[in-house]
Parts: sequence; structure tokens; C-alpha cells
Amino acid sequence: MRHLLSIEDLERDDIERILDRAAAFAEVSDRDIKKVPALRGRTVLNLFYEASTRTRSSFELAAKRLSADVVNFAASGSSVEKGESLKDTVLTLTAHSPDAIVIRTPYAGAAALVASWTTAAIINAGDGKHEHPTQALLDVHTLRQKLGSLDGRCIWIVGDVAHSRVARSNILAFQAMGAAVTVCGPPTLIPRGIEALGCTVRYDLGDLREADVVYALRMQNERMDQHFVPSLREYAAQYQINGRRLGPRQVLMHPGPVNRGVELSGEVVDSPQAVITMQVKAGVVVRMAVLYEVLAGARDARTAPRPSEPQLA
Amino acid sequence: MTPPEPTPSAGGRFAARLVSAPARPAGLLVHGVHVLDPRTGLDGIHDVLVRDGEIAEIGAPDSLVAPAGVELVDGGGRHLFPAFVDPHVHLRTPGQEHKEDLETGTRAAAAGGYCALIGMPNTAPVVDSAPILAALFEQAARDARVPVGFMPCITRGQAGRELTEMAELRAIGAAGFTDDGRPVVDAGVLRRALQYQRLCGGVLALHEEDPALSGNGAMHEGEVSALLGVAGIPSVSESTIVARDCALAGYEDGRIHLQHLSARESVAAVAAAKSRGALVTCEASPHHLTMTDEDVRSLDPRRKMNPPLRAAADREALIEGLRSGVIDCIATDHAPHARDEKEVPFEQAPMGTTGLETAFSVLYTALVAPGTLALELVVEKLTSGLGLIGLFVPQIAVGEPANLVLVDLDAEWVVGESGYESRSENCAFAGRRLQGKVLLTVAAGAVAYRERSILLSAAPVTSSGGHRSR
Repeated sequence: MRHLLSIEDLERDDIERILDRAAAFAEVSDRDIKKVPALRGRTVLNLFYEASTRTRSSFELAAKRLSADVVNFAASGSSVEKGESLKDTVLTLTAHSPDAIVIRTPYAGAAALVASWTTAAIINAGDGKHEHPTQALLDVHTLRQKLGSLDGRCIWIVGDVAHSRVARSNILAFQAMGAAVTVCGPPTLIPRGIEALGCTVRYDLGDLREADVVYALRMQNERMDQHFVPSLREYAAQYQINGRRLGPRQVLMHPGPVNRGVELSGEVVDSPQAVITMQVKAGVVVRMAVLYEVLAGARDARTAPRPSEPQLA
Repeated sequence: MTPPEPTPSAGGRFAARLVSAPARPAGLLVHGVHVLDPRTGLDGIHDVLVRDGEIAEIGAPDSLVAPAGVELVDGGGRHLFPAFVDPHVHLRTPGQEHKEDLETGTRAAAAGGYCALIGMPNTAPVVDSAPILAALFEQAARDARVPVGFMPCITRGQAGRELTEMAELRAIGAAGFTDDGRPVVDAGVLRRALQYQRLCGGVLALHEEDPALSGNGAMHEGEVSALLGVAGIPSVSESTIVARDCALAGYEDGRIHLQHLSARESVAAVAAAKSRGALVTCEASPHHLTMTDEDVRSLDPRRKMNPPLRAAADREALIEGLRSGVIDCIATDHAPHARDEKEVPFEQAPMGTTGLETAFSVLYTALVAPGTLALELVVEKLTSGLGLIGLFVPQIAVGEPANLVLVDLDAEWVVGESGYESRSENCAFAGRRLQGKVLLTVAAGAVAYRERSILLSAAPVTSSGGHRSR
């Protein structure tokens, strides 16, 4: 695989190959010296146009555990603030010959656009409200650890679907792995036409008990300025996942950061059903597997001679 | 039926509304060419003689002999139509000459087979006063390769609040009025403009959109926008304002022309208004007639325009609108943008695609060649836009000024392969292989474009100063 731009580009086989490798890398994270030389001498550039704590740090850790050199480039405090265009920034940074660029921007399709300007492998770390493919991969990884297979499972994604790249990538990834997906949220925050992705649409939590997995989305405060819902209080009354609504056998997920008391009540965040910290942990090994996939595991004949497999033992 | 151009009640001086740079009147004999003019009914092989810029004779094939000084053009296997006209282009002058200017824009037009254009006023500054309009005419008399006219703003600063000095603008040559790029949001302001039209004439060309419904949308709202996570512009953003403005025009007996219809609901609203007798005409663009939101899946910024490419059913309704006559003409909304302005993520990119150089070939390839629309219908809709606003309709008839386009319907070419005449290259059709190629364009009696393979030796010099046609 040359780039990771969207889940839409992946087949089930691709997802399984990446996640099997992630499982192998998991062992590295438990060692005293958490490093393998798989990407020694390679340069990974983190180019973040939006604030990000967990995604950026988890990519940085992933690259370092594979022995790659990492450069972090944040839009604030850089030439971007001086008015440099995305293309000029990418061309400038490409002059340093990075092997991979991990990019997050507020704009749909930006990662694909960047891929057309540089020879580096591009990993989409979030492009606007379009996709966040590594989040979906780590969520599938977490569920495979927790449930085994996703085949035949029922997954509800609850909240602001309209503004969520996590929702879009996860609908596609969960379905690719054999699960049935229902999206649920205020009608003002469910985009018209979303059924075309193959999911079911609900506007209330009445049938939430049918879900094996409940995936709550972050309710962003900035949406309140645009009056998509009358109030956070009403949102919580209608859509909050709390102890009363969450069944005892349901797995609870959230991409973080959590607004306690809004989309999730404190009690469910702290309950053993919540796998939120497992998701964060999966982030590093899955991103190791993704970096390895685009930099070392490529089956494309055009790429350089294949480096040796990682020495895991 | 086309509603008449409103005649101003006040008398007075009305200047020419189309201006071009001085050019040598053409002398041409096109031999054995298939002449097709949907209005005069010509549809067969003829010889056509152009002398001193006028159509001098139309004869049986091989019946005409070129007089001295007249160039011979082999029309064998080729078609000759009345040249096209476009009531809706962005020439970007004044102030945005890095995108396009009168010379490059009219050169692009000539290469696409056009003999006359109307420029939109959303420039920098906007065209909302007589001095700016007068300066544009002066510039056109130096730079325009084909006649151009201009529609200044309906409202001062294009801000949608106060009317421009419409009577004065009209007196110095305004082809009509438009706030194109923006709707006249305030119905009360539009109503006043319709009332004032009784004094000054001039069709009001309207960009129909409700900003409250469009929000920060960047593409058609539907399944593709849901998949891409791009905010959508719903069809009702257009169709509700279409219905509102048709009602206002009907009430005030005003004459409006609706620009770039994109949604099936809008076509239905115009059909209903026409059946009630409202004086409304409308246009559709080559891109809305041949592309859908499926073509936006790759988020290519060159396919971002306003109104957006819509769903397949919308495209079909526009095609049916051409057939039924609800849609009166095809206009390109040629909207050049510099490369670095468009080489940004889709949501950041400015709206618009160039279209003058590709319009005929795109329509021929996508609609005529597969049998969806008749060739004469497409030619008719490409030549009717300026008649709708009271200017002229190019015709192939003896005594008419020569406005002709010679086309090879079998020639294939790839869009952008040999660059563009336009200063900008933001063409939604870039890379597409098209069938049908413009070989020669005669505009207002002068050769405005010829493809390199068409050889014309030097014509006799009988040049004069700058002229205003019609």
C-alpha cells in the first residue's frame, strides 16, 4: 500500500493484514526497550494543521518505536501562520526527503491532494469531516481484542455524525469487517444521504439494547454556536449514554476526548464496559503497523527493495 | 416563447451594448460545407461567401467562385453553424487580471466558437457605476477579440441593499443588470429593481440561492456529500428563490433571466412560472448538463462551482428542460481562477470552472453524439442567449454580419493537452477526450480564431478604427 488516505480504499484483507501486524507489534510495547529497527534511517514528518494531542503523540511514539526519525510540524508558530499555502509548505518539507508524511487538516480531500504533490507516503490523520482512517483501524483492533470477530455484530454510533470524520471511517471499517452499523443522533446532525454508506439511521435511543457495541461521538461545544441542537442539556437528555441506557453486556467506545456529563455520564466512562483506554493503547501499535505497511510492507514493485521483516523476537 | 426585452418608457440615447477591438473584415469562401442554422432552416451542403464581413452569398455546393482577395476554406466533411453567444461569463477585468482579462477571455471565447459575450460585474471593484462601465467599454474597444457587453450590478457594491444608478448605466450601454455570484437576498430590494426596470429597461439576470440554506456548503447535498463529509448545498437553496423571484417578476410584470439552473425543482418552478405568463427566461451550463456530484468524488477543486454539480435526476431534468423549451439557452458561466487559487483543498477553493473553450465539444460528446439531444437543438441553445436580453441572434443568411463557426464533428482532442487560450486552466473537463472541434470562428465579420490546421493567407487590408457592432 502506497498511502493510507481513507478506509474507503481498503478491502477487508488489507484491514486484517494491518491489524495482524499490529498484534505482532503489541509485544514491542510491553518490553523494557520499546524499539525495533524496522524503519531505521527513515524519516516521518508529522504535519498537523489542527490541534491534536493523542493522534499526534501516538504517531510520534509509533514512528520512534520503529526507529524512524520524527519531525513534528504544527501549523501554529510556523510559516503557515505567515500565509504559506499548503502546497508550498508540502513542497518545502518534501525538500527534506521525508519517507512518510502524516497529515491532519481541517479540509476534506487534503491528504489525497498532498499525495499528488510529493513522493512521500501519505497517511491521513484526519481530513476535515471526511475520514480518520487510523482511528477506525485502532477501533477495529480494539474490538477484535475484546470480541474476537466483528462478523454479525451490531454497532451503534451515537451523536454528531454530520461533523464526524471518525463516524464516516468507522461506518466503512465496521461494515467491511462484517458488522451492521446504526447511526443515531439529532436529525440536525445526521447528514442527508448517509444511508448510502449502508448504515441504518435512528433518531432516538429506543432500540439501543440491540447493540453489541455503543460508539459515542464527541459533542463539540463549538456546534452549540450554530444551534444544531437547542441545548446541551436537551442533547444529554435525549442522547447521553448513561448507566440507565447502557446494557450490561454492551461494549462502550469513544474516540476521546470525552465530555463527561454530555455524551457520556461519568459512571459509564469509569465502568469496565468502557474500552476507551484500550483504544488509546491500540493507537500506537496500529499506527506502527500502518507506518510499516506504507514504508516497508508495500507490495508495489515500484518501491525500493523490501527491507527485512521486523525482528520481533 | 421568449418574452420580449422590456422597452423603456423614457426615450433617449441608447448606445451600442457590444464592443470589440478593431479587426479586418473577413473575406472567405467556405466550400461545400454542411450549413446548419436552426432558425433559417438551412441544413445541407452549401458554399458560403463572406465579403467585407457580411454573408454575401449562399449557393449550391461548388457553385460559388472566390472573388479576388477572398480566401478559400475547404468545408468538406465539416459543419458551419451560426457562432455561439454567451450571456454569462466572468472576464475578471477590472482588478483580477491574474485570472483573466478582456483579451484572454475573448480569445478563449473565439477558440470555443463564440462571437459575443456578456461579462459579469463581480470584479474588483465591482461594476456598479457609470465610470467603471465606461472604462470597460474603452478597454474592450482595445482588447476584445469578439464583441463583449457588460451587465453592471443591480445593487451598489453588490451588497444587496441600494439600487445602482440603473438608468445612467443603461444609457451608456449596460446589457442588463445582475449581482451574479450573489443572490439579491432581500425580496424588497429585488422588487424595487423590477419596478425601476420600467424606466430603464434591461433584463435582471439573477443568481438564485438562499444563503441561509447554502450555509458553508461546498457541493451538492446528497449521498456523495454525506460520504465525503463535505457540507452540502441543498437543491431547495436554489429552487425556493427561483419560485420567489418568479412570483415577484409576475407581480411587477418585470423581466428576469435566471442564471445557471442546476436543480430539477428549479426547472419545475420556472415551467410553472412560464405557464402563468411570467416574463422569465433561464439558462443551464454545459457542466450541469453533463456532470453530476459523482464527478466530485475525487474532490478535484476544478469541479467545485456554484451552483454545484447535482444528482443524476437533476441533470436529466435540465436536459429535458432544453427539449421542452423551459430552458432557453446554454451559458458557460466561464469562471477562471489562477492555478494557485485552485490548488488548495476542495473546501477552500473558490467556486467556478472555465468553459468557453470546451462548451460545444462537451455538449456534442456527452449529449449529441450518443443521441440524447439533436445537434440543431444544441446549436439553437448556444446561439439564443443574447437574443433573450434584447441584443441579437446570429444567423446564417445573406446580408447578415458574418458570425460563423466552422466545426469538425469527427475530430477528437483532449482538454488541456495543448494548453488553453484562457489565462486560467481551472477546467472541470481537463483531461477528457472530446469529440468535435472548433476550426474557425468569425465574429462580427472578422476572423477571431482559426485552428492551426486551417490555412488562411493574408486577407486584403481594408481596416478601419474600433467599431461598435449592434
